[in-house]
Amino acid sequence: MDLKIKIGRTTYDNPVWVASGTFGSGKEFEDFLELKKVGAIVAKTVTLNAREGNPPPRTVETPSGMLNAIGLENKGAAELVANTYPFLKRTGTKIVISISGANKKEFVECADIVAEKNFPHAVELNLSCPNVEHGGTKHRLIAQDAAATERLVKAVRRKIKCDLIAKLTPNVTDITSIAMAAEAGGADAVALVNTYMGMAVDAETRKPVLGNIAGGLSGPAIKPMALKAVRDAYLAVKIPVIGIGGIMKGTDVVEFMLCGATAVQVGTVNLVDPAGQGRILREFETYLKRHRVKKAKDLIGKLKG
Amino acid sequence: MTRDSRNAKIRKELKKAQIVSNVQFCSDHFLMKLKMSGLPKRAVPGQFVNVKVTDQGTDPLLRIPLGIHTATLETISLLYKTVGEGTEILSSKRKGESVDILGPLGNGFDISRAKGKKVFVVAGGHGTAPMYWLVEKLIRQGHNEVECFLGASSKNHILCKEEMEKLGAKVHVATEDGSLGFKGYVTKLVDERIDEISASGENGLIFGCGPKPMLEALAKDARMIGMPAQVSLDAYMACGIGACRGCAVKTKNGYKLVCSDGPVFDAQEIDWKA
Repeated sequence: MDLKIKIGRTTYDNPVWVASGTFGSGKEFEDFLELKKVGAIVAKTVTLNAREGNPPPRTVETPSGMLNAIGLENKGAAELVANTYPFLKRTGTKIVISISGANKKEFVECADIVAEKNFPHAVELNLSCPNVEHGGTKHRLIAQDAAATERLVKAVRRKIKCDLIAKLTPNVTDITSIAMAAEAGGADAVALVNTYMGMAVDAETRKPVLGNIAGGLSGPAIKPMALKAVRDAYLAVKIPVIGIGGIMKGTDVVEFMLCGATAVQVGTVNLVDPAGQGRILREFETYLKRHRVKKAKDLIGKLKG
Repeated sequence: MTRDSRNAKIRKELKKAQIVSNVQFCSDHFLMKLKMSGLPKRAVPGQFVNVKVTDQGTDPLLRIPLGIHTATLETISLLYKTVGEGTEILSSKRKGESVDILGPLGNGFDISRAKGKKVFVVAGGHGTAPMYWLVEKLIRQGHNEVECFLGASSKNHILCKEEMEKLGAKVHVATEDGSLGFKGYVTKLVDERIDEISASGENGLIFGCGPKPMLEALAKDARMIGMPAQVSLDAYMACGIGACRGCAVKTKNGYKLVCSDGPVFDAQEIDWKA
């Protein structure tokens, strides 16, 4: 069985990746998973300078999902390169570094720090964290503004040679226009969806539960909306689409691939079941066997009419 | 206590554990005993496990963090309060069924610091759950001067009084409504006692677990007389292994994680005003 898929110039061993912010650097999962069998580790987003993150509470459970407002807590790009790169390189897994910034300048400087000659395998541009605010765009987030998205991807494209993945927010009127803008800017792929903005309220105290008031909703609750967004983006762009949103089992991966995803990222499941990625990959292989699909990539976009 | 994360480096396991018993302990508390090999030997008091209460569907989705109440070589016990959907489901589980356990997690109490000191174990309400094992270990290791201070809103919410006495600990009780023991906050009782100790020139050490205001008061009292205090904190938690950075707590050195830097912290390290 051939699980390989290609995005940009890189061939990945399998299409089941782990999403940024749900997997740390991977070290936290060594007791539970063979990191080698992760399609790609998308490390937690780094920014040019360290960020303290949001005041707690930062997470709360909701029906079949969870809200988070972590606020991109991280120690900064240079620290990641110095202290975490050696570990990431040793895993033998494909590594994607997720970066963010307050504005274009910060994104470009951050990209310049994280991109080495042959590492990482790709850089994911987090244009869509709902818990931060971007500058130089007419909306709160870069990925809510097609022109700003195109400008930003172009600027990073000019600076580094690495494959670029633009991670998009579903909190938009029309995600296809943003996906097309990322493609026009030179992105090698688009990844969607980041979390849906939401909030939780405590009726007893009459206060919002999260310290940041609002947060991003993830988990199985968002899967139907994510499938639709992936399908829409797939029909709008030629570059690969990476599907994200509430994947808990092998057939979820199949569903995203049928809607047009070349690969998927599993996120919230890692927080529930630290061995989740391995289980999902095995279940995905079982599906392929059961349906006599020889190549995983043959599923991409094969939704029947 | 410096955070060397020594407990957090203990190998964690993810496994199905069979329920040996699951019985009502008092009004809204249940005691679940689980068959587990390996984990009990590696775990220390103050560490916790993350429990998945159901394999069916996706609601509830996240695991429930529960402090280890006590352990034998082949079992661990969890004393939990039914406060929501997850713990309600847990309380309906029968002997012979299984639950999915992730653990041991976090940094527990540093018992080695208790050597040669008077030990004060302070627990508020449900915060008593993980303290029983601590008292058990302390007494087994030969600390014969362990004093426990249990506080709760009323008599019905005082946990483990007889059990701790049976271990040989001296137990003081405070209830807010005065239905058992001293009427008022447990920290008032502690305050008086540690003042005596400090006046007599003896060294003491406080272990605490309970609601944040109680721990804050405890931290203040301990600071005033310069007595070290280790406190176990609670937080909204998701992964339990330091990956999501959700269970942040403000400390004097920035945000730290309850799941993997704690749950036990030096009381003076916490920024209580945050």
